[in-house]
Amino acid sequence: MQQRLGRSISLVVNGEAVATCARTLSELVAEQGFAESAVATARNGDFVPRPARSEAELAPGDRIEIVAPRQGG
Amino acid sequence: MNAIDATPGSGRPLTLYGVDLPSRLLLGTARYPSPKVMSDAAIASSAGVLTVSVRREAARGDSGRRFFELIKALGVRVMPNTAGCRTPKEAITTAQMARELFGTDWIKLEVIGNDDTLQPDVFGLVEAAMVLCKEGFKVFPYTTEDLIVAERLLAAGCEVLMPWGAPIGTGRGLANPYALKSLRRYLASVPLIIDAGIGAPSHAAEAMEMGFDAILLNTAVSRAADPARMAHAFALAIEAGRSAYEAGLMEMRDMAVPSTPVAGTPFFDLERPQ
Repeated sequence: MQQRLGRSISLVVNGEAVATCARTLSELVAEQGFAESAVATARNGDFVPRPARSEAELAPGDRIEIVAPRQGG
Repeated sequence: MNAIDATPGSGRPLTLYGVDLPSRLLLGTARYPSPKVMSDAAIASSAGVLTVSVRREAARGDSGRRFFELIKALGVRVMPNTAGCRTPKEAITTAQMARELFGTDWIKLEVIGNDDTLQPDVFGLVEAAMVLCKEGFKVFPYTTEDLIVAERLLAAGCEVLMPWGAPIGTGRGLANPYALKSLRRYLASVPLIIDAGIGAPSHAAEAMEMGFDAILLNTAVSRAADPARMAHAFALAIEAGRSAYEAGLMEMRDMAVPSTPVAGTPFFDLERPQ
């Protein structure tokens, strides 16, 4: 847990390159300024349910989707 | 057979996946001039279901929460979609995210196969439907009028089908009424919702007269000059079309038949030379 403290890794979040110190998806969601319940997430194309985010460790190059409700037809 | 004989549940409300709905109109929430206009249109439509979507949220963004608050205030059931998804995998993951966000297992399943026509990739659609039905989703697949695809979707576990009227956003009405009629007749007991392509209340009434169970539309209302008024117009047309279907429409004929009795017509004489 300690080895990456303070070191940032590169991710792709919602299609944009992001450098982050977050170790887990849960930390990334908080770092991006979202309440846990306000968004849904996917990592590398797979859904990550809310309760699983704190155990979803991030690796360099991970593609993360963070989505919220929106208008739809 | 008179059409009324084939009407299951005549006079009863629309039931989808065991849920009774107060209206046969399902309304989209996109492309309105403002959130207030969207709310007013939703109320004027008396829609029993509002469709919504999930989209990427900008860091520290709040638009998703604000939109969801607005929708919740309307007190209407929501159905998220997988709009824009091009593969079964994208659609499945989007459905899973939508279920968590909106707290519903209803999903309008779209797998788009062509960017210009937005027509469903029916192969991907069936594949995604199989997975989602197994995961307990109540799947509403956006499909074509193809009967074999419809049968595969039913076999996958879908209890409702949503054939298109015409491509999304075109407002052309029922592009293939013959095939839609065949589908309706063949799948007499499956709830069928016409989704997409409806441009005018008359299109919606036509589909309802054919015996379709409900209409899902968006653009025809949201891009109208007065969306709330158009929403109400659609509600009336859908109700009129349904009543007409349940009442049993007369058979069309090629030749004229006098409606006024012929017997006793003054000056009428069979022997009269022509």
